[in-house]
Amino acid sequence: MKVRIFVTLKDGVLDPQGKAIHHALESLDFSGVNDVRVGKLIELEVDSSVSREEIDKMCDKLLANTVIETYEIELPETALETHS
Amino acid sequence: MQSAVIVFPGSNCDRDMAVALETVSGQKPHMVWHGDTELPAGLDVITIPGGFSYGDYLRSGAMASRSNIIKPVIEAAQRGVKILGVCNGFQILTETGLLPGALMRNSNMHFICKDAGLKVINTDNIFTSRYAADTSVSIPVAHHDGNYFADHDTLDILEKEGRVVFRYHSDINGSARNIAGITNEAGNVLGMMPHPERAIDNKHGGTDGLALFESLLH
Repeated sequence: MKVRIFVTLKDGVLDPQGKAIHHALESLDFSGVNDVRVGKLIELEVDSSVSREEIDKMCDKLLANTVIETYEIELPETALETHS
Repeated sequence: MQSAVIVFPGSNCDRDMAVALETVSGQKPHMVWHGDTELPAGLDVITIPGGFSYGDYLRSGAMASRSNIIKPVIEAAQRGVKILGVCNGFQILTETGLLPGALMRNSNMHFICKDAGLKVINTDNIFTSRYAADTSVSIPVAHHDGNYFADHDTLDILEKEGRVVFRYHSDINGSARNIAGITNEAGNVLGMMPHPERAIDNKHGGTDGLALFESLLH
């Protein structure tokens, strides 16, 4: 199954990349954008036997640096049903 | 004085570090490959050099900090072995958790490569004891991810405990409170973004890094 992990900077952590993109959008005359934050999408193709807890561990041990980042795990709907 | 340089795929300051260690201690350091599972016996000093270990994949230092050799390095740190991480080495030390905080992309998004003016904030430790108190030095920096971040409580603790060892004279990369180098609580682990190993010979343009190696190795 395909698991998608969204890694984003915590609130309060400055995001210079997001800021630069925000400026670029403004210079292209797009208005109304109040803030830009950049994160990462990591896709894992995993066996269905892999548990949600194991994916959490993967995030905590390697995929995200929880000093500055948070993560959200998106499981396929079928897996969500199995796990719920 | 037995020292070692940990070498990762993508390290590029490992040989400069080895030259600095040998110049000051008179003894060749052990070059230790990241895939090794143990360190040479009897090490007094372990250095983690600059570079782009594992191509900075995922985050700077993230992959290196999970490699085989890191487990014995952490155990050595806990035994009190002196550990110096420079640039990518600093990033790796924060990723292992031996040092608090994280190194983020420079606030101006640019790679910075220049001599940086630094103040030696604390000389009461094993890394900077040979510097005069409150001295200013010029040491090269070369990094893209040198923007030190930690939460306010952590920053307050670092300052209160005298663990901020180097500070930039001015804001060059967005680092919190202009921090350029910090130690762990026990004082035997130092991480710093500037490269003291690139300032040990007049041909480098300066020798302000020499006192760090003299402090560390004598």
